[in-house]
Amino acid sequence: MSDKPLISARDLSVHYPISGGTLFGPKPVVRAVEGVNIDIEKGSFFGLVGESGSGKTTLGRALLRAAPITRGSIDYDDGEVQYDLPSIDDKTLKEYRKRAQLIFQDPYAALSPRMTVRDIIAEPLEVMGLTNSREETDARVREIAGKCRLNLEHLRRFPHAFSGGQRQRISISRALVSGPQFIVADESVAALDVSIQADVLNLLKEIQQDMGLTFLFISHDLSVVAHVCDHVAVMYLGRLVETAPTRELFAAPRHPYTKALMSAIPSLDPDDRGKAQKLEGEIPSPTNPPPGCKFQTRCPYAIDICRKDEPKLESSGTAHEVACHRWKELMEDHALEDA
Amino acid sequence: MTRLLDVENLTLQFDTDEGRITAVDNVSFTLEAGEVMGLVGESGSGKSVTAKSLMMLNPGNAHYSDETKITLHLDGKPIDIMGLRGNEMQIVRGGAISMIFQEPMASFAPAITIGDQMVEQLLIHTSMNAKKCKEVSIEMLDRVGISDASLRFKQFAFELSGGMRQRAMIAMALSTKPKLLIADEPTTALDVTIQAQVIDLMKDLVTEFGMGIVFITHDLGVIAQTADTVAVMYLGRLVEQGTVRDVIRNPAHPYTQGLIAALPDLDKLDVPLSPIPGDIPSPLERPPGCVFNTRCSQVVGPACTTVIPTFTEVSDGHTAACHLYTQNQSGGAAT
Repeated sequence: MSDKPLISARDLSVHYPISGGTLFGPKPVVRAVEGVNIDIEKGSFFGLVGESGSGKTTLGRALLRAAPITRGSIDYDDGEVQYDLPSIDDKTLKEYRKRAQLIFQDPYAALSPRMTVRDIIAEPLEVMGLTNSREETDARVREIAGKCRLNLEHLRRFPHAFSGGQRQRISISRALVSGPQFIVADESVAALDVSIQADVLNLLKEIQQDMGLTFLFISHDLSVVAHVCDHVAVMYLGRLVETAPTRELFAAPRHPYTKALMSAIPSLDPDDRGKAQKLEGEIPSPTNPPPGCKFQTRCPYAIDICRKDEPKLESSGTAHEVACHRWKELMEDHALEDA
Repeated sequence: MTRLLDVENLTLQFDTDEGRITAVDNVSFTLEAGEVMGLVGESGSGKSVTAKSLMMLNPGNAHYSDETKITLHLDGKPIDIMGLRGNEMQIVRGGAISMIFQEPMASFAPAITIGDQMVEQLLIHTSMNAKKCKEVSIEMLDRVGISDASLRFKQFAFELSGGMRQRAMIAMALSTKPKLLIADEPTTALDVTIQAQVIDLMKDLVTEFGMGIVFITHDLGVIAQTADTVAVMYLGRLVEQGTVRDVIRNPAHPYTQGLIAALPDLDKLDVPLSPIPGDIPSPLERPPGCVFNTRCSQVVGPACTTVIPTFTEVSDGHTAACHLYTQNQSGGAAT
């Protein structure tokens, strides 16, 4: 890892306008991402977790310049080039697309049924003009397909002939073919069966290490994230509420939301029933977020200050950062309970 | 315990453009009243089709074999589901048997209020008048933890959040007091925190109503938290059955073992994930012998690719269909 992060975002906000509101009043907006600071180190496998509506997909897309950026800065620096992403022009954006790619969730919807696997994987090369001849394109497609453990004899087939796991390997090949540095994998294993999911996760990890890539891995599944990522950020209602190296986060979660998320994972132990710490209610609407801490409506530990002031991400001198007014207090209480 | 459901030799084929495919192959299981049976399998294993068979909900190109026998025991009286014709089906559909689906948005009619849909089914299945039906519906909505039930009663499905919709779906399914509830991936589309709430709710309701539940899911964690017994399905066939503790703690079939090993476990972050090699074969190319033989790491001999393994008891009440266990037995007893 180098000193400078590959992606560094400050006060990043993405607001989507929605219909409604009064004629002269402010237009209502969905605050999908609000004031996020995030540093993704080069060569890391960075996990982003949260429930639906937490803004994790929007954040991922904003970092790819695929969502409208309302406010804030994103710096991209891979050692060769540097971009100030919110202000780059269309031509530079095309250059950035070669360096930053997206793997989608649903391998059934992401692949055109009318194109052969070879054409699907080759399309980015042709669109971006990265190769000079058909032979060169073919060679590159075969190289990537081989890396993703696709059967090279299957390149002439159409996607319908493939299972979910194989389709996801095709999607991965397509994302990798332009030789990117930064990959956003948005729920890339959520649609897969358990027995296949492990295979795709291992493949992603292998590719990341072999090719020295940086991954932003977006998922709602904490146990998956725990297994593949080396750094995790937890999102709630458009804000980062906690970020830490994976081990640290899972060994000692600080934010009440992170704790609740971890305890809500159904345990494989049939004798462990009903031990989960239950969260009441649901995630509030991002058009009308509650004042103060966004989690206060569901937090069992909320007090007056939580309803008034929004906590900022703070660290205690380590890479473990948390946005909660009471985390220190709560950690001490838990330590007392455990003693 | 009283027997609620007997499924014997359920075999189901579909006619498709690509030929006749076998979706369910000789599946037998039983369910007691008040028992939750988890039916686990991956996509394409035939678990949903099996569940739909219990209510004869499969489309017209479905062919059941002659040996298929599904018996529902209603107040001590056996009802042969396969033999029901036309209007007779109404006794079981939505009455004695209810179903909860995975995607509640797709299961509610979008242009009819939640309340009207609930009242409609009560009018069909009970002798209550419209006013009483409305009261019961609002009471059920309240019971499943929906606040402002009388307001929600007048709303449409799109006005509710995902978790709320699934609660409304459960309220609707239970308002006729069914004896058997089929829950097809009821928590899969929900966030984990909401999933935990819905699982809790369902457990409370089982205790309260004393019905039997067939709980279909691909998530072994959810099964561990809800089910009493488990049946594991692969490519249309049952491969293992037993109590939830036996199956999850001491899985006998290599497929079940593989499924459990492939699950990411928060307590074992150092252990790399071990996928089951290969892909699930297409139902058009079902392997001969044991259907799992193409991906199995414990193939014991030529029998695996030629002979269909029968169910063998590995411990008390815990059975697996695998040649690892049939070898030492002559014949092997089928359940």
